[in-house]
Amino acid sequence: MTLCVENLNCWRGKQALFEKLSFTLEPKKLLLVEGSNGCGKTTLLKIIAGLRQPNGGGVRWKQKQLNEVFDDYKTQLKWLGHNNALNRNLSVRENLSVVLKLSSSRDADIETAIQKFGLSSQQHTLVKQLSAGMKRRLAIARLIIGRSSVWILDEPQTSLDKAGIKLFESMTTDFLDQGGMVVMASHQPLSIQNEYIQRLSLSR
Amino acid sequence: MPELSFFILLQREFTIASRCTQQFLLPVFFFCLVVLLFPLGLSPSPELIQTIAPGIIWVATLLAVLFSLDNLFLEDFEDGFIELLIFSPCSLPVLLAGKVSGLWLIIIAPLLAISALLSVFLGLPVESLSTLMISLLLGTPILMFVGAIAAALTTGTQQNSMLSTLLILPLYIPVLIFASSAVQNAATGLSASPQLYMLSALLVLTLTLAPVAISSALKIGLSQ
Amino acid sequence: MILVNWLNKIASPQRFYLFCGKWTPWLSLLFFILLSLGLYGGLVTAPADYQQGDAFRIIYVHVPAAWMSLFIYIVMATNAVVAIIWRIKVAEVSIICCAHIGAYFTFLALVTGSLWGKPMWGTWWTWDARLTSELVLLFLYLGIIALYNAYEDKRSASRAIAILTLVGVINIPIIHYSVVWWNTLHQGATVSKFDKPSIDTRMLIPLLEMGVAFSVYFFISLFQRARNEILQREFNSQWVKELVKEKSNA
Repeated sequence: MTLCVENLNCWRGKQALFEKLSFTLEPKKLLLVEGSNGCGKTTLLKIIAGLRQPNGGGVRWKQKQLNEVFDDYKTQLKWLGHNNALNRNLSVRENLSVVLKLSSSRDADIETAIQKFGLSSQQHTLVKQLSAGMKRRLAIARLIIGRSSVWILDEPQTSLDKAGIKLFESMTTDFLDQGGMVVMASHQPLSIQNEYIQRLSLSR
Repeated sequence: MPELSFFILLQREFTIASRCTQQFLLPVFFFCLVVLLFPLGLSPSPELIQTIAPGIIWVATLLAVLFSLDNLFLEDFEDGFIELLIFSPCSLPVLLAGKVSGLWLIIIAPLLAISALLSVFLGLPVESLSTLMISLLLGTPILMFVGAIAAALTTGTQQNSMLSTLLILPLYIPVLIFASSAVQNAATGLSASPQLYMLSALLVLTLTLAPVAISSALKIGLSQ
Repeated sequence: MILVNWLNKIASPQRFYLFCGKWTPWLSLLFFILLSLGLYGGLVTAPADYQQGDAFRIIYVHVPAAWMSLFIYIVMATNAVVAIIWRIKVAEVSIICCAHIGAYFTFLALVTGSLWGKPMWGTWWTWDARLTSELVLLFLYLGIIALYNAYEDKRSASRAIAILTLVGVINIPIIHYSVVWWNTLHQGATVSKFDKPSIDTRMLIPLLEMGVAFSVYFFISLFQRARNEILQREFNSQWVKELVKEKSNA
């Protein structure tokens, strides 16, 4: 079970974001994508997630082209974008229960997620009344609802407080320990053991 | 449970609607005001109003649907909810069909009730009222789903409402023609069934094909 | 299967670019021959209409333009299917090129129709079925162009308009028949100048020549636009770079 990127080319307009980009990601590895603003981190994540077609090259999942195995791939995948994908008029619990209904695994529950992220006291609060940090916590809590083997995270630590970041890091370490893979774009220092981390820096 | 996936977003729309009722009542107000404009703008003579009543009701409905379709997917698109839907094992077209149907129930169903009342005020003969209601019942889902395709196509671009209106309106012409001529037939004592059959056929066609088009349009919007 | 093979063969943008370049001069020659034949036949040899006099001669622009407006939509829809199913770049490029040309022809058909209508029917415009559905067709074309321009990324734009084109292609017959029906329900059928049982062959042949000339012109225009668009989209590929170098040296 590997994620393999081969000779990836991508342009934005007439400008090359990256060319001939290749790497392989094994289980228990975290790919940390670094680079300045506008260097194409989000675009790379979108390509790896199969949301966007590259201008050249391809992504392979279990040795097969992504668009051939996308139906299998998407059940293994958890995506956390820039935005939190939370509806402001729904409560914490309602947002998570929509995610649960949309997820593949039936045995998952949202109670652990709510408790783990310290959201119990606010579970009936509408999302529009939460602070930015709490919203991000809630979005991250979504990752542990249902099974998955690949996480693709775009700046996950944005607006989290220290405790939140710690929680995120321990959760990610647990996931890696169980054989998960993480692709993550970030600007912030990450205190996860170095043996897990594989770095990729995008530069123009 | 994939067989229930239709109801996931439908239920979500209802919960959201219960939290901000005003937003969902606006199309109804809008509808009433548009109907009001016609007697004011043309002439208050009962004969004229009576003859064009089906047209008025239908044009007003069409505009109200347009109004409510504005930014249909924008919020979900911008906050990243559409990505969650794409990565869900449930079928995307079915999920989206649930969302559009939910909106139809929330926005259009009340509008149908009001339009029955308003058409009586416009002096539409009672015999043609039932035909008008049937035509609305068959026609408005077509308007919703076809409009949702255009809304999905414009979601990924930065310019929204005017553009999607330009895309939608030409596609609304058949519904408008069939529906208002059905009512006019009924008013003159002719049979309205050919037009109503035609509308039913269009409805079936739209319900089967539109969700697929909507989901591929949203994917294109995300892919840039 | 043959179609797919053939598509794959000329599907690469480079091949298509060269193919278009090679055929354009020949097509232009053919176009001028047909155009002069058609115009001579239509304006000089064909007898004047017994009712309409010489005014009918606008038919040699109007009718081919109206044919083209529909024909181009069919070509465009075919490209849309190919673009959606096989994601062939040339087809993606062609959709938008067709849309521009189609919009011009539709506009031409409407304007010439209007010019013809004034002396014949005494009005510039009538809510006749043909006219209305032609007008709707123009709006469809304009909508497609507007949607294309709204997208930043041109590949996404092409796929978006492919969907819109297909939604439109289902709608065109529906719109057409609904309008015909609406028309006949409300007023007596307008006398249609095209439904005459027979037309003098001296009138018909130039008309057909003009029809073919217009389609040849369409392909010339399509090829030129497609070449232009391909160069812009493939600016980064090796063959375009070589081509540019070659041209700038020459």
